[in-house]
Amino acid sequence: MRLCAADAQTIATLARLRIDEATAAHLAQQMASILDYMATLNQVDTTDVEPLYSPVEHVSVLRPDTPQVDFSREAILANAPQTDGEYFLVPRVIA
Amino acid sequence: MNDITTYSLTEIRDLLAQGKVSAEAVTQACLTRIEATEPKLHAMLHTAAPQALEQARAMDRLGPNPKQTLWGVPLTLKDVLATADMPTTCASRILQGFRPPYDATLVARLRQAGAIFLGKTNMDEFAMGSSTENSAFGPTRNPWDLGRVPGGSSGGSAASVAARQCFGSIGTDTGGSIRQPAAFCGIVGLKPTYGRVSRFGLIAYGSSLDQAGPMTRTVADAALLLAVIAGHDPKDSTSAATPIQDWEAAATPGSLAGLRIGLPEEYWGEGLSAEVRATSERAFAMLRETGAELVPVTVPHTPYAIATYYIIAMAEASSNLARYDGVRYGYRSPHAKNLHEVFTFSRSEGFGEEVIRRILLGTYVLSAGYYDAYYKKAAQVRRRIREDFLAALDSCHLLCAPACPTVAFRLDENTADPLQMYLTDIFTVSLNLTGLPGISLPVGLGADSGMPVGIQFFGRSMDEATLLRVAATVEAARGPMPEPPL
Repeated sequence: MRLCAADAQTIATLARLRIDEATAAHLAQQMASILDYMATLNQVDTTDVEPLYSPVEHVSVLRPDTPQVDFSREAILANAPQTDGEYFLVPRVIA
Repeated sequence: MNDITTYSLTEIRDLLAQGKVSAEAVTQACLTRIEATEPKLHAMLHTAAPQALEQARAMDRLGPNPKQTLWGVPLTLKDVLATADMPTTCASRILQGFRPPYDATLVARLRQAGAIFLGKTNMDEFAMGSSTENSAFGPTRNPWDLGRVPGGSSGGSAASVAARQCFGSIGTDTGGSIRQPAAFCGIVGLKPTYGRVSRFGLIAYGSSLDQAGPMTRTVADAALLLAVIAGHDPKDSTSAATPIQDWEAAATPGSLAGLRIGLPEEYWGEGLSAEVRATSERAFAMLRETGAELVPVTVPHTPYAIATYYIIAMAEASSNLARYDGVRYGYRSPHAKNLHEVFTFSRSEGFGEEVIRRILLGTYVLSAGYYDAYYKKAAQVRRRIREDFLAALDSCHLLCAPACPTVAFRLDENTADPLQMYLTDIFTVSLNLTGLPGISLPVGLGADSGMPVGIQFFGRSMDEATLLRVAATVEAARGPMPEPPL
């Protein structure tokens, strides 16, 4: 398959990644060869085969809907790059 | 007395319980060994020396507790497992310095059983790799040959167990990441049935594939650790309610009369190195001598396993790793001037090359227009692979396979071409697609390289007991493994 640097950039944008031009060209080439290899799956007839998304199928797990406190606010904020002590802080979104 | 670190986990557990050795002495022996071997190996990302010694002394003051099956036993943990009292980085810059506010369920269970944690082990970043060369903090080296990789992604755990830095470690296995490094380092690695061990606090890579399990020097040791970490957990909706079994009793050598073991022809055909074949086939004789019947079986979709596995793993990874956004935890780029840049700059600067490659491929196979051709198709072939295994395990109690086509490869041997590295996983990935349990154990050293060679057994769902019984029998027939020349 053909995958160019611009395609890699488009996918990177979808994944919220930024890659430079040289890396994009290099990655596009590697991705194309990996996707070519993956295309061998087309040799398998999967007509009427149900996809298997997890080894654990058809299980619905419910628990009692009771409120509980798992973590304190301090514990959750402790790993944040920037907080005001109460909330996560990010650069201003609305001008 | 021997050097304390030469005992097995089971032996040291007994000596500790009988008060013949103190928790402090055992912990100190491991820490001394870590200090001596780490400059060569780099198996650890974080060593909790003062903490471990303090805990050991506190335990010694109270004395052995018969209710704690791992009282005073020092272990290491792969750095993908959340620990409230130690950093948890997944060997990624994006999580450098991260301290989870909680313990993984299996970590809490080990703690409750009296284990002492010496630290966190190195790994491929986010468990993406087969050599531990993808760690953001530098590779781990194989204790048998410092020029070779320990395997991956649980390479730090495998090296730390093989080098006697600890008595056992917990690794995780998404496509072979317990079994392959165990084989490369000459130790035992057990991947339990999907759902057997809670994934709560196992930082997610491929959620439908990930499973944590023991890495130890003996089969009995693996059984002992499994008994502690297994069991239902309401915090993991995929964890099974199946009762745990007496695995320590199961891990006893004995007659295998009446047991049928399948040899999948796709695994024993082309592509095996001569020394791996010659060494592995010794196990066939051991199995026959103990009464097992070996029969050829076929799992015909094996040629599609790598493609299937990597599509599913990358798709799940791209989704799971969306959470690293530089907002709530982990690395935030200092160059970001708006929210969009916080996301993109932090992720691009925080993730390593292999992680970025897998996120991109995962995003691609899940994107509109390609979803059916790649992701859904792979999930359909996944069912075919599972059906192959279930059919083979219908006529046999177990399957026996090589762990890897070669012994541990050299550093940088497979880094230039990512696909080349993926292809080395051919014998391990199918098991994760099926969810079934498997074990790898060393059968001897390769005649050409002098490196350990491992074989695997694959079992029926939730039948870890038979895996352990057969592995223990092969282990006894094999005799003691030599020590790595470290």
